[in-house]
Amino acid sequence: MSRFSSASLGLCVTKTVLVFALFSASTAAFAFDNYKGVGRQATPAEVKAWDIDVRPDFKGLPKGSGSVDKGLELFEEKCASCHGTFGESNEVFTPLVGGTTKDDMKTGRVKGLSSGELPQRTTFTKVATISTVFDYIQRAMPWTAPKSLKPDEVYAILAYLLNLSEMVPADFVLSDKNIAEVQNILPNRNGMTTDHGMWTGASATKGGMGNGGKPDVKNVACMKNCKTEVKIGSVLPDYARDAHGNLADQNRSFGPVRGQQTSAGAAAAPVAAVSGTMDLATKSGCMACHGVNNKIVGPGYNEVMTRYKGQPDADTRLVAKVKSGGQGVWGAVPMPPNGHIKDEDLKTIVQWILSGAK
Amino acid sequence: MSNMFKQPGRLQSAPENFLSEAQVKAVATGRRDFIRKSFLAAGAALAAPMVARASEGDPNILENPPWTTSLGLPVATNPYGVPSKYESQLLRRESPGLARVGGASVSFSPLQGLFGIITPSGLHFERHHQGWHDIDPSKHRLMVNGSDDSLLKKPKVYTLDELMRLPSASRIHFIECGANTGLEWGNVAVPTVQYTHGMLSCSEFTGVPLKVLLEDCGVDYKKARYVLAEGADGSSMTRTIPMEMVESGEVMVAYGQNGEMLRPENGYPLRLVVPGVQGVSWVKWLRRIEVGDKPYATKDEAVHYIDLQPSGLHRQYSSVQEAKSVITSPSGGQTLLDKGFYNVSGLAWSGRGRIKQVDVSFDGGINWQTARIEGPVQNKALTRFNTNWVWDGKPAILQSRAIDETGYVQPSYGQLRAVRGTKSIYHNNAIQSWKVVESGEVSNVQVL
Repeated sequence: MSRFSSASLGLCVTKTVLVFALFSASTAAFAFDNYKGVGRQATPAEVKAWDIDVRPDFKGLPKGSGSVDKGLELFEEKCASCHGTFGESNEVFTPLVGGTTKDDMKTGRVKGLSSGELPQRTTFTKVATISTVFDYIQRAMPWTAPKSLKPDEVYAILAYLLNLSEMVPADFVLSDKNIAEVQNILPNRNGMTTDHGMWTGASATKGGMGNGGKPDVKNVACMKNCKTEVKIGSVLPDYARDAHGNLADQNRSFGPVRGQQTSAGAAAAPVAAVSGTMDLATKSGCMACHGVNNKIVGPGYNEVMTRYKGQPDADTRLVAKVKSGGQGVWGAVPMPPNGHIKDEDLKTIVQWILSGAK
Repeated sequence: MSNMFKQPGRLQSAPENFLSEAQVKAVATGRRDFIRKSFLAAGAALAAPMVARASEGDPNILENPPWTTSLGLPVATNPYGVPSKYESQLLRRESPGLARVGGASVSFSPLQGLFGIITPSGLHFERHHQGWHDIDPSKHRLMVNGSDDSLLKKPKVYTLDELMRLPSASRIHFIECGANTGLEWGNVAVPTVQYTHGMLSCSEFTGVPLKVLLEDCGVDYKKARYVLAEGADGSSMTRTIPMEMVESGEVMVAYGQNGEMLRPENGYPLRLVVPGVQGVSWVKWLRRIEVGDKPYATKDEAVHYIDLQPSGLHRQYSSVQEAKSVITSPSGGQTLLDKGFYNVSGLAWSGRGRIKQVDVSFDGGINWQTARIEGPVQNKALTRFNTNWVWDGKPAILQSRAIDETGYVQPSYGQLRAVRGTKSIYHNNAIQSWKVVESGEVSNVQVL
């Protein structure tokens, strides 16, 4: 019964819209609720479950709070394996923090971006909207378990990052109440421009952004004697020629040309088909930090196999290590605990690693 | 040559590298008749009767090969067909050192060996932000909602069953990563067109225009001027799309690619198609569309995919892929077999519409000639161009220059850098140069 009445209600709305459309030439094709049997209304709970985006004006920001201290604890447990304990690591991803100054916080422009003093752009040298960082941590982090953080945990981790960036003191508690104040001291908050021709919507003068598609670089189609000399600005360095595998293997063995013989080099390996266990290791998040034949952030499986080779209890010890995590055996970057992997899967993966990860 | 045919009388699979290092040197020293000699030598090395007849012609003609004198394989031997075993070289490949994590990396399309404008789906370039999944279509949902209730009358959920009942459209469009050629902003860095330009593909996409869905939900176009697109992967990738593009009917929620469903690496079962705009906006595994009254400054439009200018400012919401072209054959890392006639072939495209003209230069841009364009020329799609060339064995620098229907002319490196510097990473559409030397070797150079 209730279904029937909501359907009739929908029909009424449709009629209203159609009548309206007749009088409004520009929206003549407007078709609200026009496809019978297609689509249904989303429930409030469904919209709430998926609509988690946070805008620069903080629309969508969940209520909550988190301290720098709590953030440090969470960061070490969930984030440091990729980002380093101080968010400075360049091992897996580009650094999160560094390169910003107290002066930048005053001006809202990171000076190093124009002076050329920055060796590398970090997240906080670029980002102009603090909502962006909150939104991204909430939707996509940690790397192998996205969307597992509660709002208070996101606030805490962000508070820790702000402290690392020397924007807030060590006793700071970030919350939905004071995040706007953080926006006001964000080092590169004035560092973005939309004054260009590459936005594909309405221009700023028409309520949108940018100059309406006017290109910034102009060439002309000269056909004859366009210049007197050809200036070569750069040629391919030898190491780069050899760094992409054997180019002969990347071209057909017939046709107008052949690929050049270059030293086989390290990689340019084709995207390989994965074995069943590698699939399992990928799904379990192992491959994010370990390569089969190469170190990523943790050791390559070939190194692990070499170290544990011939030890009778190697598999049980390794299973325990993967499960509880650890630090120091392979360097300073910690391995996070992996309680989420089922014991039988863990055994399969460890045996696969010890037998050569093939 | 004898090492190529060391088992006389047996069917040989084509050698992986037809030219050995010694043979490449032979080309370099001017012995360009070695190919003909190789056939004669091959004939001589085969079974005795053929030796006798080698002087009469090519043994591949004089003696019928096994495929001409035996029964072939039945239909449906490969229920899903695969390329010839001789086509093992053209694969998607990564560029070493570009990314340290395979789940947030790129594999490049092998443009150096592709023909026409359609990229085979299995060779479509990949860019994932948190790995890819093969999503069960029966469990996939698309939600459309508003950033508040005033922007949309009724938030809705659609299943694949439902979306595929709606009026559909099929269109051919290119997709190019905003960072394509990004490695080359400052200097030459990579050897072949696969790595310079291979974050580029072109497919026929089939799906529902997004405006159909927004209007079905009762969007208020007056207030809702922006769209947020969100993926179902771990990163739940998000990007802001202008409503003007949606209203034009161009933006599509696609499920089809080149006659079949999308490939998992390309967003199976749903992806957004935003013609002319950089690939990051073509959200894969699309699960949600939100209409809003302001842009969203998501991570991939506020931390990445922003173009650093010499002023220290970053250009934000830079979206369109301006007119660009590249010669794909011959191209960097290849060697021409001999002097004489070649069909020089390449691709041109523009995010602002159709390609109007492509010019090719053989002298580093002093003189240009207009290439043949293979029609029909499609809107915001790859366009194949060809031109004749007789190589005289002397050094040459090959370039192509695209002009689109707005009259925009693809710029040189010098012109691009004068305005944007060298640290932009994104939106490098400079004219590409390939240098040919006497040996026939082609390499990547930059002409200012």
